[in-house]
Amino acid sequence: MKPALRVVTPGLMTTIQDLGRAGYQHLGVPPSGALDPVGLRAANALAGNPPHMGTLEVLYLGPTLAVEADDVRLAFAGAAAPIEVLTPENAGAPRRIETMRSVRLHRGETVRIGRLAGGATLYVAVESGFDIAPVLGSVSTYLRGGFGGLDGRALAAGDRLPLRRNGAAERDDARLGGLALAPASRLRVIAGPQHDYFSAAAIARFFAGAYTVSAGSNRMGMRLQGPAIDHVRGFDIVSDAIAPGSIQVPGDGQPIVLLADRQTTGGYPKIATVISADLPALGRLPIGAKVAFAPVTVAQAEAARRELFEEIEAIPGRIVPLAAASESLIPRLFDCNLISGVTDARSLAI
Amino acid sequence: MRIMPAFRLLPAGDTGLVVEFGQSIERELSRQVLALAARLDTLRLDGVVETVPTFRSLMVQFDPLVLPAAALSARIAELMQDLPRVAAPPGRRWRLPVCYDAELAPDLNEVTARASLTRGQVVERHSAVTYHVYMLGFLPGQAYMGDLPRELVLGRRDSPRPRIPAGSLAIASTMTCIFPLETPCGWHLIGRSPIPLWAKQPRPAALLAPGDQVTFTPVSMREYETLRAKASEGALMVAPVDLPVGAAA
Repeated sequence: MKPALRVVTPGLMTTIQDLGRAGYQHLGVPPSGALDPVGLRAANALAGNPPHMGTLEVLYLGPTLAVEADDVRLAFAGAAAPIEVLTPENAGAPRRIETMRSVRLHRGETVRIGRLAGGATLYVAVESGFDIAPVLGSVSTYLRGGFGGLDGRALAAGDRLPLRRNGAAERDDARLGGLALAPASRLRVIAGPQHDYFSAAAIARFFAGAYTVSAGSNRMGMRLQGPAIDHVRGFDIVSDAIAPGSIQVPGDGQPIVLLADRQTTGGYPKIATVISADLPALGRLPIGAKVAFAPVTVAQAEAARRELFEEIEAIPGRIVPLAAASESLIPRLFDCNLISGVTDARSLAI
Repeated sequence: MRIMPAFRLLPAGDTGLVVEFGQSIERELSRQVLALAARLDTLRLDGVVETVPTFRSLMVQFDPLVLPAAALSARIAELMQDLPRVAAPPGRRWRLPVCYDAELAPDLNEVTARASLTRGQVVERHSAVTYHVYMLGFLPGQAYMGDLPRELVLGRRDSPRPRIPAGSLAIASTMTCIFPLETPCGWHLIGRSPIPLWAKQPRPAALLAPGDQVTFTPVSMREYETLRAKASEGALMVAPVDLPVGAAA
């Protein structure tokens, strides 16, 4: 049988995502892709994959996966979560591991990912990737369109996720330190394109207020609750295009931030747009979290984007081997800068 | 003297630039939007990721670390100089079968009553127009086609339907739309087309594109069923028509 991960339980909403599909929005097809592309890149780096490879995106509650391959290396990056490895021998006392590391698992073992804490997203990469054909240039799942990923849907119990390889590479597992994958508490935005649909007072209220991520948020959009923003020119516009992070304000005055699976066009005025550097931290926001908005200039946004890319480029250098005997010690020493140059961590990634 | 079209450049974050030609639905605005989209798509500027045409604006998505917003804005201003002389790409012509039978047209009575027309007249007027595809949006492959004859223009229903079948033909204000996928919908439904506007096999693809022209051919329930069966077997070939729309029987 083809090597696979068998889905024992699917978690709340687990889909295959990569960095998304560009070039089809003019046909009504959103980019989809990871809500937190930095988390996805980090998981891939830990797994020894190219940065764009498709991984599992876990939202809120993780799946339980059984290894149906000789062995396989998984890597976890994102929110903290209880991750347990169950072997036929230790079923009563599973081994606990942490996120931001890789782990090699063997046939017959099962990994159980629990409830995420402190963020909405966790990425689970498999070394060499899933054997899934891209659709329109991407393996990202687009739920509403019913394509991409695993038959265009979220994982279900009994699914087998086909793997490219039957064995894991011979090398130490690794840990990624010093990369914060925290949800945003403040999102930087550029005003517009339709901020002239709102009074100065409404805009001031938007920037002064704290908004709570409400239930009803999904991969299409994040619904917020907070100070209502009233329109001065009505809340209908002739539809125009929706950018990632567009903040549209429908008639009830409660903003909706558009995410990866957003509709490509829409007819509500958009008061502002979250800058690209803050989109990953936006995607990590869980239901119930509070967030505020701060206006920045285009130049500031470009500088922030440059910083984000520098941070992304630094990921491979932050990966350190996780020697079995001192699983927790060495990375801590690395974090404290007490040792350095022990190994070329770059060889592990990208 | 050349007259540059009036436009505004509006930032949509740091990776989106909206070229807004106006705030209404007009063929001339659409021509400008599609002409600029074609220019940019042909130029393939380094740093431009994709363009998204809409009724009255073009969103350009770009990577500002490759092409800074200021440089992109300057380039677009340059292209604007020529735009009045650039024809929008001609688009393809399609003739799509539609069944307006009562069974597939739950709101046709209401449309008929509001327009003070007979069912036959509504069908006749709806299928007499050559529609322009302004844009695709809302769902993959969903085209906004206009403009409807004034007497058929109608807003949303009082209560949206939680689910309508793929292929449903709707009146959406001044537009007519065929919904490519099952979806919630608040518009008035006046028929159904057997032609998949969003094909899943052999690979996902939209039938229509912005700038295309579409006419509807009324078909009987029986023809609808036959065509639908063929479509679901993948045996229905849908090709654009070469003849001027309306010239063939």
